[in-house]
Amino acid sequence: MSEQGPDATYFAYLAAKDWRIPKCRGCGAHVFQPRIMCPSCGGEAFDWVAPSGRGVVHSTTVVRRRPADGGDYNVALIDLAEGVRMMSRIEGVEPADVAIGMPVTARLADQDGDTIVVFDPAEGGR
Amino acid sequence: MTWDLRGRTAIVGAATAHLGTAPGYSHMEIAAAAARAALADAGLTVKDVDGLFAVSMHSVFPALTYAEYLGIQPRFSEATIVGGSSAVIQMLHAALALENGQCDVALIVYGSNQRSASGKLHSPSGAENLPYEKPYRLRSPIAGYAMSAARHVHDYGTTREQLAEVAVAARLWAAMNPEAFMRDPLTAADVLGSRMVCDPLTVRDCCLVTDGGGAVVMTRADRARDLKKDPVYLLGCAGGHTHRQYSMMPTLTTTAAVQSGRAAFAMAGLTPADVDVVQVYDAFTINAVMLLEDLGFCPKGEGGAFVGDGRLRPGGALPFNTYGGGLSCTHPGMLGIFTTIEAVRQLRGECGERQVAGATVGLAHGNGGMFAHESTALLGTAATL
Repeated sequence: MSEQGPDATYFAYLAAKDWRIPKCRGCGAHVFQPRIMCPSCGGEAFDWVAPSGRGVVHSTTVVRRRPADGGDYNVALIDLAEGVRMMSRIEGVEPADVAIGMPVTARLADQDGDTIVVFDPAEGGR
Repeated sequence: MTWDLRGRTAIVGAATAHLGTAPGYSHMEIAAAAARAALADAGLTVKDVDGLFAVSMHSVFPALTYAEYLGIQPRFSEATIVGGSSAVIQMLHAALALENGQCDVALIVYGSNQRSASGKLHSPSGAENLPYEKPYRLRSPIAGYAMSAARHVHDYGTTREQLAEVAVAARLWAAMNPEAFMRDPLTAADVLGSRMVCDPLTVRDCCLVTDGGGAVVMTRADRARDLKKDPVYLLGCAGGHTHRQYSMMPTLTTTAAVQSGRAAFAMAGLTPADVDVVQVYDAFTINAVMLLEDLGFCPKGEGGAFVGDGRLRPGGALPFNTYGGGLSCTHPGMLGIFTTIEAVRQLRGECGERQVAGATVGLAHGNGGMFAHESTALLGTAATL
């Protein structure tokens, strides 16, 4: 998957049900969102590594929606153990019960034919 | 530190048009009506404009669109698009162009018919592909502001009641402003009890969706003194930005207003204690809390208590959004220009019942995207030079 940019690489891995993010060979920083240059050191070479899947809810909201339109849903920002933050949602718990600081675990899910990363409350968390 | 731009340019005209609902009018007609009124306010006409600073949510090429509509061919044009912050930072760009002789009469103009056209916030950025956020259906922009509010509540103990007080104060000011869209009494209980949109923000924590246009005319200070109204001088202006996508915001409770405020105050040689009237882009109640902290009116984390004691209300210690702001006066998509217009009106003493007596220094602050771009302007009467 080298003959394409980092965005296409990220989504190609995801489409293959393999979640990976770039890790800078220069300074070791994980980079998210993927870029052609490491924002920490400017490095241009990356290894694509599988995140541990462990994260913590950094902030969260409930997007209120009429039941007829599908009902309420969660949107959250997750701090990954690798030191980067991503937008996602927490499933398997009522949207209003998602709390800042909650440990969560990543899972790949299918949404309209695309593979996306969502999170569940961590087993034994809190 | 005194920078060259302090007091070198001035606002000589300012006007709004079609605030509220303007069914049957296009965004160009609304913007042009504001431009015509602002130029008349200065004793100028559209033929005098040779510098155009346009912003729009309805056009990909706002400078081209508005210049064509106004029938002008400006020597200098720009159309900075940094969201609702644009029209405030454009005052810096206009001052630079004026000082450099690139233009002599600068028109900053904005117009939107979003309420009548669609009934919701019109955003061309919705067409932008943000593949890392799109699958999660972030309700933009409120969900971003809601997550900053949630984090502020978590980190600093800010309460929903303190947030509600921002909306209550705005409504009290709006009640004295004939231009304001919502002027009925509003209580904290009303705010807390209204429909939740994105926790912890209810619909009354959110700005309005209206039509409307605004325009500001600037010249160099020497010419300003010969025009119709007393000039309002640009004492300081600066901007800054931290991200485009909300998930890339470095710290959810701190904005680039730290940078824009510090630089604008330094340019003006002023501190927050010198400001008589504060006009801050209140897209949501949390904006007032975080931006007053970041601008230096209170320490980080104390914004909730700071706004919660009635200080922002008419008669309070800090006259804030004295026109009713985006929460109660108007919000045609991008509020930046309206913060400036109200500051100008206060410094000229044109505000009637809501006039803050003896105001000589005003602050106008724009906010763009989801706390992404911040811009701060300090304005003053001749007494401040």
